[in-house]
Amino acid sequence: MPLLQAEEISVTFGGHRALVDVSVDAEEGRITGLIGPNGAGKTTCFNVLSGLQPPQGGRVIFDSQDISAVPAYKRGRLGMARTFQRIEVFGSLTVFENVLVAAEIRHRWSRGEEIDLDAECNDIIDLVGLRKVADQRVDSIPTGLSRLTELARALATKPRVILLDEPSSGLDDDESEAFGDLLLTLAKRGVAILLVEHDIDLVMQVCDRIHVLDFGTIIAVGTPVEIRKDKRVQKAYLGED
Amino acid sequence: MDAPVLEMKDLHAAYGRIPVLFGVDLVVPARSVVALLGPNGAGKTTTLRVACGQHVPTSGCLHVAGKHVNGAGADDLARAGVCTIPEGRGIFANLTVDENLTMMTYTGASIADVRERAFGRFPRLFERREQLAGTMSGGEQQMLALARALATEPALLLLDEISMGLAPLIVAELYEAVRNIAADGVAILLTEQYARTALEVADYAAVMTQGRVRQMGEPADIASELSGAYLGSHGEAKRSRGAKQ
Amino acid sequence: MKDLLAFTVIGIVTGSVYAIAASGLVLTYTTSGIFNFAHGGIGMLMAFTYWEFRFHHHWPAPLALFVVVFVIAPALGALIERVLMRNLHGRSTGTSLVVTIGLMVMLMGIAQGIWPPAARPFPEFYSGHGVTIFGIFVTTHQIITIIVAGLAALIFWYLLNRTRTGVAMRAVVDDRNLAALNGVSPARVSMLSWALGSSLAALAGILIAPALNLEILNLTLLVVVAYAAAVVGKLKSLPLTFAGAMILGLLTSYLSLSWVHAEKIPGLPGALPTIMLFACLLLLPEERLRVGRITSERGPRVPSLGESLQGGILLVVGAIVVSLVLSDANLVRVGQGMALALVMLSLVVLMGYGGQISLAQMTFVGMGAFAMARFGLGGSPLGLLMAPLLAAPIGALVALPALRLQGLYLALATMAFGVAAENMLFPRAWLFGSSTRVVPRLHLFGVHFDGEKSFFVLLAIVFSLFGIGVLALRRGRFGRLVSAMRDSPAACTTLGVNLLTTRLAVFTLSAAMAGFAGAFYGGLRGSAQTNDFLMFQSLPLLLMAVIGGITTVSGALVGGLLLGLLQTQSSTGVLAGLVFLFTGAAAVSLGRNPHGVAFYISQKLEPLKDKVPWFRPEEPDEPLTEELPRIAAAAG
Ligand SMILES: Nc1ncnc2c1ncn2[C@@H]1O[C@H](COP(=O)(O)OP(=O)(O)OP(=O)(O)O)[C@@H](O)[C@H]1O
Ligand SMILES: Nc1ncnc2c1ncn2[C@@H]1O[C@H](COP(=O)(O)OP(=O)(O)O)[C@@H](O)[C@H]1O
Ligand SMILES: [Mg+2]
Ligand SMILES: [Mg+2]
Repeated sequence: MPLLQAEEISVTFGGHRALVDVSVDAEEGRITGLIGPNGAGKTTCFNVLSGLQPPQGGRVIFDSQDISAVPAYKRGRLGMARTFQRIEVFGSLTVFENVLVAAEIRHRWSRGEEIDLDAECNDIIDLVGLRKVADQRVDSIPTGLSRLTELARALATKPRVILLDEPSSGLDDDESEAFGDLLLTLAKRGVAILLVEHDIDLVMQVCDRIHVLDFGTIIAVGTPVEIRKDKRVQKAYLGED
Repeated sequence: MDAPVLEMKDLHAAYGRIPVLFGVDLVVPARSVVALLGPNGAGKTTTLRVACGQHVPTSGCLHVAGKHVNGAGADDLARAGVCTIPEGRGIFANLTVDENLTMMTYTGASIADVRERAFGRFPRLFERREQLAGTMSGGEQQMLALARALATEPALLLLDEISMGLAPLIVAELYEAVRNIAADGVAILLTEQYARTALEVADYAAVMTQGRVRQMGEPADIASELSGAYLGSHGEAKRSRGAKQ
Repeated sequence: MKDLLAFTVIGIVTGSVYAIAASGLVLTYTTSGIFNFAHGGIGMLMAFTYWEFRFHHHWPAPLALFVVVFVIAPALGALIERVLMRNLHGRSTGTSLVVTIGLMVMLMGIAQGIWPPAARPFPEFYSGHGVTIFGIFVTTHQIITIIVAGLAALIFWYLLNRTRTGVAMRAVVDDRNLAALNGVSPARVSMLSWALGSSLAALAGILIAPALNLEILNLTLLVVVAYAAAVVGKLKSLPLTFAGAMILGLLTSYLSLSWVHAEKIPGLPGALPTIMLFACLLLLPEERLRVGRITSERGPRVPSLGESLQGGILLVVGAIVVSLVLSDANLVRVGQGMALALVMLSLVVLMGYGGQISLAQMTFVGMGAFAMARFGLGGSPLGLLMAPLLAAPIGALVALPALRLQGLYLALATMAFGVAAENMLFPRAWLFGSSTRVVPRLHLFGVHFDGEKSFFVLLAIVFSLFGIGVLALRRGRFGRLVSAMRDSPAACTTLGVNLLTTRLAVFTLSAAMAGFAGAFYGGLRGSAQTNDFLMFQSLPLLLMAVIGGITTVSGALVGGLLLGLLQTQSSTGVLAGLVFLFTGAAAVSLGRNPHGVAFYISQKLEPLKDKVPWFRPEEPDEPLTEELPRIAAAAG
């Protein structure tokens, strides 16, 4: 049973059908890719999953529960975290504080016992590789590092599933390499990861399964090898090799 | 030989008290494409911001088409034919696509031409022309931003990481477009994190690290030295995943 | 029936004036991104200028009209843009709002200086002429007003939506830098939009002046009505704004119908815009969280616990010395400033930290003063306890409908509430009524703080404690959370923050603090009445808080003392106009130095601090990072 499931969700923006009966799912310990051409509906799908966009039809299921009517902030508390395609960081705080704030927020709603949040955040900073900029304000660091900050912040809520919207854009070759490794590490720890990404090499390398979206519908689901061979996907997205 | 379209001499720049560029020397000769490469935070964006007049350098010289233009406003340079597609947000989010296109006519092109070129290259924009630009998908927004480069017939084009967030097919198309623009004799300075893509279209490449241009030369020479310069020590492991099955 | 018709005509005329004023407001807002509180003030000043030319110097009406509407008003608008607004882009809604409030105060000061109060007949255009429609006499002036309103709405709608210049104006608001990259000169475009907005304000002012007797305050507060209409159009849509203005005009007019019996609810006509505003706030759909707009302002460093303790002790010691030196009369003046500073602390939390704006802080202060008067008999601490307990729930109630929406709407809702409170709430007999209530001073642990000296020191102690508390809040989780919410509400939501309750908590806390401060403010003055707590008095409060420095505790102190000084000076009547001017001038400097006077002073003192050992900040300045960070290949 997948941890997070979208069942036949549909979204319409004033006559434009951005999503038509789309079903995707993410399993614990797996990295699931969601790819497709620009405007296919990937971000919209994320918005529906995380509760920022009410769908016109369909259901969202998390941990065997229908959460379609659960507001966004409560989904966060259930263990769902995400990053944004257009980066949403707390620019006036330092990198460390960005992570700390998230940990504190989690700590408040989880009513967990008093633990060393600082140490926890430091671990995350090291894991993501932000040590050198930890004390810089986020609005003064380069785009790529802001993206990593967003990921670190998401991790601080101890999510069971993370939705990543183009996390590697803005990273250079070296960094996205490291980033791929990081994703694998996280998956090994049991997190379910849903990845939207245009760096196709990265997707093919780290994903267990890939959903392909085009014009608001799923046109293919399969392993990276299957997806590469799929004629429709090649035509719509990858380009003929 | 014409004067270079863009020339920077010992350019220093800072954000507040924090210096970011430490003496950048860079030349974009007429009718050529220069790729500015380098890791995150090297100062590529800042260099372009200085070049287009958005950021005032602390010292050094900026020449555009042989003229000393330190202190010229971004709008003056834009009207003089410098077209800049900034990193990330290059569109007016609260205007519709059509209105965004209207804004592109301020540098002289007629609205009919702008529409024709933009929609011709990106038919998707035509479908979305009534939509508020900010609600479009990330990729669609990027297409709209780029439409300005195609539509306004600039003399110098500054492109900051245009492939960011675009699907592979579109990136390929886009660079095709850049090639076409270059073929018309427009000088182009572009930055890109994926060195490979940029090197394919470039006549020259410059490598920037830590606020200085370390190297400038033919793409082939640069490519061979790149791994040492900034791709890091594990240059081999690097492209293992890049090799297509 | 004939009544109804007659009042409909009057309603349409009134609505037309509102429409002109509101269109100007919407025009400046959509084309400059700044909600111009001074819109009414500009209209007022221009109406006076018109009067001067037309009736004092006896120019012919068309000439006077042309000169005022098409020459002086646009020039004034352009000047305002150049001097005040140009430095404001990129600043928070709060700062820019406050600058326009300052401008409004300044314009009133100028008008008062040039045209001291006197009867100034201001006849209508074509006075006496008119036509009879359905048996009702409609004056030519009224017809002109209706036509002008309709034309203005049409022309400006066309300008904004159908012309390149209009698109450029909105583009400049959206992203100034990008507009420049497109080859547009943002400065020129903004100037044009201020010039146009200013012309519209002039037109509205001149057309309505005959009805309002050319009176400074009434004309200036025309904006209060105009914004209610503008909210109907969500501050964006000119046609809807027009409709809103008409509805408001008609409703106001119908209230005078004999069979409506509006007199049964005292204060209703005055509160009508307020009611309409709240209705709109409840009906407007919730704003979707905007993604992809990164805002962050660079604020002053937050002092450490040690530093804030030092500061607190310093202040109390200073207060003791001052209380020994100054005469009682002078002490009351400084004390007023200290009490106001305490009120401003509530604004620091709300606006400086939380990024929300309240224009009704004095109303909460009034509630606190009332609570102290009612429950604090003989200086009982019960009054002190009841003050925040009374103010907080009311604050929550006011904020609730507006918090779903954001920024400006809250400001407008609080302003509307302030107006409603002074019209319908405070005048109630069980509250202040028309009399003055005695507000006792605190009596605690057997100590009476009745004397001026002891009360002043008490004020300083309370301010220090609250200041230290507020700073502790700022350094801790709460401070981080509110900063995070300001920077990206969407991200906070996905992390599990309930934005509504958190914002509500901040607003309620601030209202409670203001109420608490009110108990002292009332105590200092010894009495309280409706007129002490008008909405209009919240404006200088906010203004001075921002001028002092809204993001810092020291800023609240500076702001409070300044305001106290100005208030007590101007009550002597000599310097009234100068006070207005000073306040306005200070607002001008805000664009350049958004963190206020206190921050500015502390920056100037910074080099000094290094020389004084016990003043040295705990950490040295961050070292210059020459080596740019490289991300390590992590997570192997
Ligand atoms: N608020 C909105 N109003 C109208 N149309 C919208 C809105 N949000 C998204 N759309 C449209 O829905 C479609 C899907 O958008 P979405 O952002 O999900 O694409 P995407 O797959 O994430 O693309 P990209 O890879 O370019 O980011 C697009 O055509 C977009 O223009
Ligand atoms: N607005 C800013 N304020 C302060 N520092 C900045 C700002 N923008 C960029 N920087 C700093 O300047 C350096 C160069 O950044 P940038 O030019 O964006 O690099 P690149 O485009 O090569 O990734 C970075 O180290 C970054 O931290
Ligand atoms: Mg997307
Ligand atoms: Mg960059």
